[in-house]
Amino acid sequence: MATKDVPYVTLSQSTRLKKLFEQIRYAILNNKAGLFGFVLLSLIVVMSVIAPVVFPLDTVSDPSKILQAPSSEHILGTDHLGRDIWKQIANGGRELLMLSLVTASIGVFLGLALGAFSAVIGGIFDSVMVFLADVWLSIPRLPLLVVFSGFFRLDSLTLAIILGILSWAGLYRTIRSEVLSLKQRDFIEAATMQDLSTSHIVFREISPNLIGFIAVNFTLLMRAAIYAQVGLFFLGILPLEQNWGVMINQAWTQGVIYNPNSILFILAPTIMISILIISLVWVGKALEDVFNPALRN
Amino acid sequence: MKLKQTIKYMSLRLLKMVFTVLLVTTIIFFLIRLMPSNPVQRFIDEQMTQFGLTYDEALTRATFLFSMDLDQPVFQQYLEYIGNVARLDFGNSLLSPGVSVMEIIAARLPWTLFTVGTGLVISFILGVVIGAIMAFKRDKWYEPIVTGFASFLSAIPDFLIAIFFLLVFGVIRWNGESTIMPIRLMRGTYSMNVTPGWNFAFIQNIFLHGLIPILTYMFAQLGIWILLMKGATISCLKADYVTMANIRGLRPGKVLSSYIARNAMLPIVTEFAMRLGFIVGGSLIIEQLFVYQGIGLELLRATSGRDYPLMQGVFLIMTITIVLCNFLAELFYVVLDPRIKSKA
Repeated sequence: MATKDVPYVTLSQSTRLKKLFEQIRYAILNNKAGLFGFVLLSLIVVMSVIAPVVFPLDTVSDPSKILQAPSSEHILGTDHLGRDIWKQIANGGRELLMLSLVTASIGVFLGLALGAFSAVIGGIFDSVMVFLADVWLSIPRLPLLVVFSGFFRLDSLTLAIILGILSWAGLYRTIRSEVLSLKQRDFIEAATMQDLSTSHIVFREISPNLIGFIAVNFTLLMRAAIYAQVGLFFLGILPLEQNWGVMINQAWTQGVIYNPNSILFILAPTIMISILIISLVWVGKALEDVFNPALRN
Repeated sequence: MKLKQTIKYMSLRLLKMVFTVLLVTTIIFFLIRLMPSNPVQRFIDEQMTQFGLTYDEALTRATFLFSMDLDQPVFQQYLEYIGNVARLDFGNSLLSPGVSVMEIIAARLPWTLFTVGTGLVISFILGVVIGAIMAFKRDKWYEPIVTGFASFLSAIPDFLIAIFFLLVFGVIRWNGESTIMPIRLMRGTYSMNVTPGWNFAFIQNIFLHGLIPILTYMFAQLGIWILLMKGATISCLKADYVTMANIRGLRPGKVLSSYIARNAMLPIVTEFAMRLGFIVGGSLIIEQLFVYQGIGLELLRATSGRDYPLMQGVFLIMTITIVLCNFLAELFYVVLDPRIKSKA
């Protein structure tokens, strides 16, 4: 009954959200790769959630069990300190997932806000922003972070935030062109004529129409964030915590990589990162298919 | 009229190029000079406490190493710094005193360009050919497999491919005795026992040492070219001018080379120049993995050793490489696509 008392609720987010979920459901169920990617991603998420309880990390090292080959007790063998590798694998995804979520959220918000405002306002602001985005995109990101690490002590949360801020430019460009085409539509013109504020137009009128677009770019940004983070973990620039990137770094710096017995120490996290990234790409592709029907084959 | 527009278009691009380098230079200058406990100050303190120099002596030393005149006001220093960078003078390395940063870069950059360039060219040629074929054979059974493999390759980070190659070629003993390649002997850019120069032994040697990095760059990029070329070709197949050319009864080969290929290649060639720059920037993880002494490894070495002049020099050179490659991409675009001139 509440909807009848306040008739505008039906026009607001609630129906759009319902539509969004419907579309996501369609995307996932009607695309084999998308379904597979979604299942893989859910498995990783579930594993990350239950791992601390079901597979608690070995906190003490056991010198009698260093670099063992896989056995029934340690299904993936042990590392250079005699700790179980499977437990590390099970626990290693959580941090990467959370950090990449932080990065992607910041990046998407910045890209959306700047891109939409820039397209709506236009004029000199727009030209300057386009110019700045072009300049920004030609600064190499990974080397820049490496250089930063020479000046500041980066921890992984700071890095996730910096990465999010650094990645505004790519999304800015795509959002801007998308909004430029949206701007021609009648409802934006109507909003402008009602003299609604720019921020109302950007966040209330334009953003909901871009939601599919945003969902797709969110997965892309997460992927880029994981790439950069794992890269920096591997280079040993970030403090060593418990995740797959650090595992690769450990295996590499301890020279384990040249010990054929414990090849899984480096191979397992490599495969897990690949699976995570591939599943993100597949989910992103499936979402793209739904929100951009022109791409459907 | 047309020439005038082209010149206007290109000069705008040139302006952007200069501005990018200027911006990066400014960021680096302020990081080095103005941050609290900045490297220059830290260096002076270190010299005073560790080697017992007076402040003036330490200052002179810092002036020489960072090639900044530290007595002048900061703005003056900034202008001078920009002037030095414009002349590609980054001062001297802190870790290896007496060697200028530019010498180190000149010794390292060619190796990175060699491996990245070779890998990219091979992957480009292969990818464009395979992509074009796949666009025509969309009804064949192997098309989904090739496309799937391509999207798999393009999604995986390049350093994971590198680790995979390292394991397959250098660690796993397939027949129980030896690895496929003597990976430990293949580190570095060339072996000690060959003389650098245009002789066969040397060229063979550098290709042997660069083999796995080149393979990595190749496979990491291959998927993208296949997907891009396939997409571009398919969209060209539907274009009106191709239908028209077919109706006019032109030979299929002629249609393919002059009507489809030229237009499909257009976005891809620009992408090529842009990627070249970015892989130079992204080469550091791969060079670390294979202990290949290129520019990326040098940046890591400089960062871990807090060698600030070297660090900023390498980073600037990377940026300049990328910016130049972007500029080349724009140039290609103007040459290849006459339409762009009228848009500018």
